[in-house]
Amino acid sequence: MSSSADAAPMHLRATGQHQVAPEVMRPIMEVENVDVYYGDFRAVSEVNLDFGLNEITALIGPSGCGKSTILRSLNRMNDLIEGARVEGEIRFHGENIYGKDVDPIEVRRRIGMVFQKPNPFPKSIYDNIAYGPRVTGMKVQSMDDLVEDSLTRAALWDEVKDKLKQSALGLSGGQQQRLCIARAISVRPDVILMDEPCASLDPIATMRIEDLMQELREHYTIVIVTHNMQQAARVADRTAFFTAQPSEGNGDRTGLLVEYGTTAQIFEDPQDKRTEDYISGRFG
Amino acid sequence: MISLQDSLAGAPTMPLKTGETPRERRPAPMIFLVVLWLSLLIAILSLLTLIVNIVLEGGSRFGLPLFTEYPASSPDRAGARPAILGSIWVIGVTAVLTIPVGVAAAVHLEEFADKKHWFNRVIELNVQNLAAVPSIIYGLLALAFLALIGVRDKNIVIGGALALSLLILPVIIIATREAIRAVPSEIRDGSLALGATRWQTTWRQVLPASVPGIATGSIIALSRALGEAAPLLLLGALVFVSFDPNGLLSGFTTLPIQIFNWTGRPQEGFHELAAAASIILLGLLLLMNGLAIYIRNRYQKRW
Ligand SMILES: Nc1ncnc2c1ncn2[C@@H]1O[C@H](COP(=O)(O)OP(=O)(O)O)[C@@H](O)[C@H]1O
Ligand SMILES: [Mg+2]
Repeated sequence: MSSSADAAPMHLRATGQHQVAPEVMRPIMEVENVDVYYGDFRAVSEVNLDFGLNEITALIGPSGCGKSTILRSLNRMNDLIEGARVEGEIRFHGENIYGKDVDPIEVRRRIGMVFQKPNPFPKSIYDNIAYGPRVTGMKVQSMDDLVEDSLTRAALWDEVKDKLKQSALGLSGGQQQRLCIARAISVRPDVILMDEPCASLDPIATMRIEDLMQELREHYTIVIVTHNMQQAARVADRTAFFTAQPSEGNGDRTGLLVEYGTTAQIFEDPQDKRTEDYISGRFG
Repeated sequence: MISLQDSLAGAPTMPLKTGETPRERRPAPMIFLVVLWLSLLIAILSLLTLIVNIVLEGGSRFGLPLFTEYPASSPDRAGARPAILGSIWVIGVTAVLTIPVGVAAAVHLEEFADKKHWFNRVIELNVQNLAAVPSIIYGLLALAFLALIGVRDKNIVIGGALALSLLILPVIIIATREAIRAVPSEIRDGSLALGATRWQTTWRQVLPASVPGIATGSIIALSRALGEAAPLLLLGALVFVSFDPNGLLSGFTTLPIQIFNWTGRPQEGFHELAAAASIILLGLLLLMNGLAIYIRNRYQKRW
C-alpha cells in the first residue's frame, strides 16, 4: 500500500513521544480466540489480542462493533449480564480468568474498571476511595495514607484535600471521573480498563485525564475504549481497530478485530482497507 | 412559499404569529384544566368537611382525660387511654415483624432471584395481588393460624400484629422494590468492579441508597394498618378494655375499635367521644404521613 502513509489526516498522526511502543511486547493479558455471546447473538467473534505490560492500548471502531463487550469480558463484568457468555481464553499473567477455580471477584479486583459516565458512590470523597480496600479486606496500615496516595496518583489530591468529608457528588464531572480512577487504583490493580472515560467530559477535563493516563502508565496497564480517534492517536501505544460485519447465515452484525498494531502503524500505515477508511474518515 | 433551503438556513422569512388565542388558552385545554381543578376541589372539600365535622362534634371532649382515662359506663368519665396504648403496641410490633421480612423479600426478588424462573414469577405475581386482598381476609388467616398453633385467647397484641403484618407486608415489599429499582445500575457496577461481592454491594450501596424510599413506604403502610379495624374485630378484639396492654400476650383494643364501639352506643356523649378519638387517630395519621413526606424531601434523589 503505497499511499497508506498519507491515510490519516495530519492531526491524527501519532506523533507524541510516548507512541514509541517497544517492538517486543511483554504481554500481561492475552485474548485468544474469543467469541462473546448475548444469548444466541454472537456480538464479537474470534478476537486475538495481547495487552502489553505498562502500555496503553486503545480499542477503536464504529459503535456497536463490540468494544465495550470485549472490555467487559476482560474483567468478567460480563458475568453480570444475563445471557452473556465468553468462549475462548483470556489469560492474565498466563492464567485463564475464565478457568474453573478462578474467583471472578478476585479478577475484578486485579483488573479495575472506569466507566463512561462518572459513577461516584453517593458518599464522601474519602469513603469513595476507602470503599474498595474495605470490601476486599485489604490489609491497610493507614487508610488515610492510602486515600491520599490514590487521590495523588489520580491527580485529584490538591483539589479535594480540604473537603474529603464532603459528598463526591458535589465534584465536577472531570473531578468525578478522576475520583473514579482514584477509586479503581485504591485496590491496587495491575490493569485499568476504561470505557470511553471522557465521553461526557469537556475538552479541558478530557485533557487532564489524558495527561493522567500517561502518568498512570508507569505503574499500570491501561486498556481504553474510545471512539475519538484523535484521543487514541494522542494517548495509546497500541491501537486495535474493530468493526462490525454481517455474519454469514443470519443478518446479525458481528464484531471482529480488523487490525492491531502500534498506534503509529495503525494511523500512518494501516494494512487493511477498512482501517484506512475508518481513520481517514471515509467510513460509511 | 418558503423553500426547504430557506427554512433550514434559519432565514427570517416568517414572523411569529400574533393576535390569535394562545393554544394553551383555547376551549378544549381550558375545559380539561377546569375538570382537573374540580376533581381536586372535591377531594379537598370532602376531607375538610370530615375534619370540621369531627372537630365540631368531638372538640368539647378533646382534652387530657381522653388520653388518661379508661373506658367507663358514663361518657363523662370515659377515656381512650388503653386504645391509644393498644394502637401503639400493635403498630410497633407490626413494624418490627414486617419491615425486616418485607425488605429481605424485596431484596431477594430484586437483586438475587432469577427473574426468569417460574417460581419467582409466581411470587412476583402473588405479591402484586396480595396487596389488593381485603383486610378482613387477613384477619381470617391470622385467626386460622393462631387456632392451628393452639392459641385459645386470640385477642392478644401479637395476634393483632400478625394480622396487620400480613396485610401490609405486600405493600412494604412493593415499596422497597421500587426504592431498590431506583438505585442506578452504575452504582452496582462501580462497586462490583472494585471486587465487592454482590452481597456487599447490596448491603453497603443499594440498601443505604434505598433507605428513604423504604422508610417512606413503610410509614405509609403502617399508617394504613393503624386505621384498620376489621381484621382485629375478627380476632375478637375487646371493646371494653380497662387495663394497659403490657406485652405481646396482653389483651388490647385499638383506636379504630374504640371509635367503632363508642359510635354504636345510644348516648350522645359517646358519639362525641368517638369524634374526639377520631381526632387523635387523624392526627396520628397526618403525623406519620408528614414524616414520610419529610423523609422523602430530605433525602431527595442525588443522582
Ligand atoms: N447487555 C447486552 N445484551 C444484549 N446485547 C448487547 C448487550 N450489550 C451489547 N449488546 C450488543 O452487542 C453488540 C456490541 O455492543 P457494544 O459492545 O456495546 O459495542 P460498542 O461498545 O463497540 O459500541 C451490539 O450489537 C449490542 O447491541
Ligand atoms: Mg461501548
